[in-house]
Amino acid sequence: MKFAIMVNEGPYTHQATDSAYQFAKAAIAKGHEVTRVFFYHDGVNNGTRLTVPPQDDRHIVNRWSEMGTQHNIDLVICIAAAQRRGLLDDNEAKRQGKDASNIAPGFRISGLGQLVEAGIQSDRLVVFGD
Amino acid sequence: MSDDMDFEEGGAVKKFMFVNRKAPYGTVYALEGLEVVLISAAFDQDVSLAFVDDGVFQLVKGQKTDGVEMKNFSPTYRALEGYDIEKLYVERESMEARGLTEDDLLVDVQIMSAAEMGDMMAQQDVVISF
Repeated sequence: MKFAIMVNEGPYTHQATDSAYQFAKAAIAKGHEVTRVFFYHDGVNNGTRLTVPPQDDRHIVNRWSEMGTQHNIDLVICIAAAQRRGLLDDNEAKRQGKDASNIAPGFRISGLGQLVEAGIQSDRLVVFGD
Repeated sequence: MSDDMDFEEGGAVKKFMFVNRKAPYGTVYALEGLEVVLISAAFDQDVSLAFVDDGVFQLVKGQKTDGVEMKNFSPTYRALEGYDIEKLYVERESMEARGLTEDDLLVDVQIMSAAEMGDMMAQQDVVISF
């Protein structure tokens, strides 16, 4: 089965992102395909490469990056939600006149159309939120 | 969009339901949820909106937000018709529990019981809740 996932809550604050990751991992282990993970609301914070958790804790951002690269999952951060919350890629940083960008490897910034498209193209869109 | 997705152009229309559960200004969910709804209109899908729990407050007339320095986005619900989004469902139990009647709402809606709302959700292909 072809799954798309929506993550609506921030890392370390809410379990939604951990549940989404564990779900994706289990689905892949069962031979399913996870085509896209769409990060919305505070979920966009799953994609900042400046995240530095304590060493004895899971690294939520790196975990997504690794899974995305390894299984060819499209990790999409909503642009409107990201800009409100201070997440920028190189292009957006330049366009907005900011001196830094902070998107983690494997993630990309795009529009909400990517979420609707994921709903259309996948067999199931699974939403993880509050 | 990825080329490896076997998405047929002009394929079957899916039933999308956006479930609004939160009050309009306490959190960002209602505002960002509405942004998804507006984008979905561009994809020619069968879109409906459900309002349950505190989500019914999103449709209440006479919202004044100057004091909290937030944009009053409630007029957008009246503009949905222009996007061909006309299926607005409100759960009767949520409305009654909050002392609201249909006259308090700023748009025409279809009011239904929680059981009917459940049936409606079961018929959907994609359910995204905010």
